[in-house]
Amino acid sequence: MEAASAPLPELASVPWRSPEDAASLRRRGHLWTFFTFVHVVPFLGAAAGLVLLNPLAGPVAFVALVHAWIIPELYAFRGASVARPKGPRHGDAEDVAQGFLGDLLGHHARELQRETGLAMERGKLGVWLVGEAGALLVSGRRVHCFCIRATGAELPPSDRVAHLLLALRTDEIGFATVANHAFAGAPWRVRRRLDARMRPALDEALQTSVRPVPQPSISV
Amino acid sequence: MGRLIRMDSTGHSALAAWTAVDEAAYDAAVEAFRRELDEGYIAVVSEGEGHATQVRELPKDAELVIMRRPIAGG
Repeated sequence: MEAASAPLPELASVPWRSPEDAASLRRRGHLWTFFTFVHVVPFLGAAAGLVLLNPLAGPVAFVALVHAWIIPELYAFRGASVARPKGPRHGDAEDVAQGFLGDLLGHHARELQRETGLAMERGKLGVWLVGEAGALLVSGRRVHCFCIRATGAELPPSDRVAHLLLALRTDEIGFATVANHAFAGAPWRVRRRLDARMRPALDEALQTSVRPVPQPSISV
Repeated sequence: MGRLIRMDSTGHSALAAWTAVDEAAYDAAVEAFRRELDEGYIAVVSEGEGHATQVRELPKDAELVIMRRPIAGG
């Protein structure tokens, strides 16, 4: 994927946002780690303290442990939800749209999209998985979850994916800037909250993210 | 041959087709192209896997020009 010659026109609708790049994504990742830490540690500390002070407080300590577990889980659930299928299926139109989306993808990405519903695209920020109303970005050791959609509920699902894919290919930085960042965390946290059929796409994106970027061959 | 298509509720609709030597067909395609831009669509030239470029004028030599809707944060 190459840098865009022109920025996405949709950036005009979010003039207050600064462009999302690798450094800002790293900052977001660190912030999410920090907030997870401050949500979990006080509850763990409270649970341990209660049991040490009085073992009869065990049930209350258990509730504190549940809180320490459930808050990060809810955030991860929110992140993984961006990839879930949304909206009406539009049966007949979907067949046409699926064929068109397949034409935009390479052989491997096409098969993966048909099996998982997510279109994989390698960009400069990392490896993207584009769904109907959101995208996951595998970047470094984190998965970033973005809420983003094509306007128009009457579009068939594969057309929604194609809209997002074309916008991503046009301007990756602009795409990440227009999208709402929903979550960043370790891949295993997102994976366990994804639909089972989507998990192979995340596995594939993780493998692709650590492979060297293929260079175009030069004929002599 | 160039094709202008719009992604819409039918999956996609073919709006126009033209060749480099057929000026009339190209002019009709330009008209359709401008109409879609006025409707709020955004034109993208698909340049194969991983590549796409946004355009404001219909390129005569493009094989496939796709009209897409704006996207927004969900």
